[in-house]
Amino acid sequence: MPQNNQHNQDTQGTSLWRDAWVKLSKNYLALFGLAVLSLLCLVSLLTPWIAPYGYEEQNLLIGATAPSLEHWLGTDIFGRDMLTRIMYGGRVSLTVGFIATAVALLIGVLWGAVAGYVGGRTDALMMRIVDIMYALPFMIFIVLLMVVFGRNILLLFLAIGAVEWLTMARIVRSQVMALRKQEFVEAAHSLGLSQWTIIRRHIIPNTLGPVIVYTTLTIPSVMLLEAFLSFLGLGIQPPQSSWGLLINYGVETMEEYPWLLIFPGIALSLTLFALNFLGDGLRDALDPRTSKD
Amino acid sequence: MALLEVNGLKIYFHTRNGLLKAVDDISFSVDAGETLAIVGESGSGKSVTCYSLLDLLPKPPAVIEAGTALFAGEDLLTCSAKRMQEIRGNDIAVIFQDPMTSLNPFISIGEQLIEPLIYHRDKTRRKDRNTARKLAVELLDEVGINNPQARFDSYPHEFSGGMRQRVMIAMALINKPRLLICDEPTTALDVTIQAQILALIKTLQQTRDVAVIFISHDLGVVAGIADKVMVMCDGTVRESGDTARIFYNSENEYTQKLLAAIPEGAKVLPNRAEQNAPLVEVRDLKTYFREASNTSAGNEYIKAVDGVDLDIQRGEILGLVGESGSGKSTLGRSILQLAPTTAGTVTFDGTVLGDLKAKQLVPWRRRMQMIFQDPYASLNPRMTVYETLAEPLLYHRLADRNSIDQQVRQLMDDVGLAHHQMRKYPHEFSGGQRQRIAIGRAIATKPELIIADEPVSALDVTIQAQILDLILDLVERHNLTMLFISHDLSVVRYISDRVMVMKKGVIIERAETETLWANPQEDYTRQLLKAIPLADPHYERTRHW
Repeated sequence: MPQNNQHNQDTQGTSLWRDAWVKLSKNYLALFGLAVLSLLCLVSLLTPWIAPYGYEEQNLLIGATAPSLEHWLGTDIFGRDMLTRIMYGGRVSLTVGFIATAVALLIGVLWGAVAGYVGGRTDALMMRIVDIMYALPFMIFIVLLMVVFGRNILLLFLAIGAVEWLTMARIVRSQVMALRKQEFVEAAHSLGLSQWTIIRRHIIPNTLGPVIVYTTLTIPSVMLLEAFLSFLGLGIQPPQSSWGLLINYGVETMEEYPWLLIFPGIALSLTLFALNFLGDGLRDALDPRTSKD
Repeated sequence: MALLEVNGLKIYFHTRNGLLKAVDDISFSVDAGETLAIVGESGSGKSVTCYSLLDLLPKPPAVIEAGTALFAGEDLLTCSAKRMQEIRGNDIAVIFQDPMTSLNPFISIGEQLIEPLIYHRDKTRRKDRNTARKLAVELLDEVGINNPQARFDSYPHEFSGGMRQRVMIAMALINKPRLLICDEPTTALDVTIQAQILALIKTLQQTRDVAVIFISHDLGVVAGIADKVMVMCDGTVRESGDTARIFYNSENEYTQKLLAAIPEGAKVLPNRAEQNAPLVEVRDLKTYFREASNTSAGNEYIKAVDGVDLDIQRGEILGLVGESGSGKSTLGRSILQLAPTTAGTVTFDGTVLGDLKAKQLVPWRRRMQMIFQDPYASLNPRMTVYETLAEPLLYHRLADRNSIDQQVRQLMDDVGLAHHQMRKYPHEFSGGQRQRIAIGRAIATKPELIIADEPVSALDVTIQAQILDLILDLVERHNLTMLFISHDLSVVRYISDRVMVMKKGVIIERAETETLWANPQEDYTRQLLKAIPLADPHYERTRHW
């Protein structure tokens, strides 16, 4: 019934999400997180135009130098400007973080919600698939993907997302199993609502709390996963960079050139903090039970 | 001197939303061997008062602002945490409301019973295991557990709710306390079990000469058991005094309101049932569930509904009475095709519902609706009142975008909710208001049949009376047919034209309401009727269990 669905979305759009936005806009910590994230995204977007140097521009004569007026965040051992490299790295890290997490979120929530709501054999089958995926050593899984499809940054997103959705599916499923027995779901059923409408309107909105918290934890872990894969030569390759890669190289030269570790570290931590503030704010905003003021 | 003397007690909760005066300057006393009943509706401060005596309140937000509570001359509110541990369980014991959650499921009840004896803080009062076991078995016998020797090693899940509450009473008494606090000890129990537990508490109180504070929301329950009654509302004492005076000569408006709200007597509205025009016909309906613990056998079933025939005539209110586990809720859900039926047919207005596929059933669902028991669980916490009420209308295309606002307003008028509350979420409403929202949702599609599953049993007595009158009014105005399921016989009598009594999946007796009350045919029905607590101390005192 497409017409009905249209109506349903309209009424939903006018309250839970609108109220959530009103509440979020009063939460200064969350707004701060949102502002920091937006700024980081904006900088990443504009990097090719605003970066002070080219990302592969080497200056072997100066080598690694400490922060100075020419190179605000110093240079690495090849004399490449760190600010530039962090800006370019942010493009990769943020894209991987958001897209891979979005993939995980989409598959995980739908998979978990359907398994938990339908129950019985469908549930058993779906969760066994999850178990099998868990049991597969994910390195082999990703290496196989890379070998078959070639090295491709889009594939990297998909591969990481395909691994990260498993936990999400389990979290959502356990939530849904508890919700399914609630009387309001039975009431929706007795109103004649279709299964899909019940899942979409009554089940999923009530699982948002844990989902949001887990999502904010997933994004940074995905960024580090990308670094790990890149380190093994499966992700992006130098002279391209990402925050994770920069941190990895920074660790190697931590004692001589600490700024090579500190600045990419700050960039990642800043993202993580901003995400946590925003995530907590979103969770509270989307739960009407937390007080409005 | 009184055993417990509370003076000028003030307990405030400092919450984010401001100061809540949970208990505001109350005083009372309990003598040794006396029973004081504290009666009030939810939020009246009756439980907070008693929990403060044992330092069981969450602090913060609770703060005891003023007052003293002298127990045998010692102030409970200022004594040290160590001293309080000695008092709890030794001198003052508590029985909680829900016997299902207050026992540890992993330890046998005997072990839980002797725990306070063999691990007693005071080494001189410690007992060895054999002596403790002997004492515990005697006590189990005293509280009415059959074959206590053998039951000593049973686990909580092997006991029914009433039996667990007996075990809880035994646990409370094991250290021979001088004061027993009972916090709604029978609220979660069936009416016949409630009668037995009340009789047990009364007997033990007399034989052991223990003082009792009995907290309840139900004046009927305390009529037979209390020496004194204290009525609380909004943290203050509205009236207190001798039981008979409170029940027969109350001068307080609030007490009178409480007494008047107890559903009493027969339905006053005329029976609107049309003869020989059944809206619903149920024939030989069976709903079995496979027993979870016996999956390997595969043939073990719980026969929740086991061969039920019934007709619901157009326009009538049919009461369905039974104790927990009788299958009454499952029967209601089976009629609405919410529970999968094993055998038999449900015919609604000439159509056999069981033959329809899920999609074909949708237009029929519009014509039959359900009201649920728990107004806290039956509303989606993330949908506003407006969305909850608009959903059925939009889904069944009974309203379009232009008329929806007006229709939702109309529904809110119907169930007595103010328009300005439209954009609020369920948690911002009280239990009674939530039940109004749920009723509004049920009548939104203009159904012909409504199945109400214990719609008032989670509500306070004054709210219960309002909701019952609302239901009667709506049935009249919207020409509804209703199946009213309840464990509370007084409520069923107040609302139904005809009553069926259900036991173990079978309907054992059916009659016109007043015929059944005057002349019950079955023993079980007679027991049920006899067990109803009445708000009449003289009658309650002379009754024999």
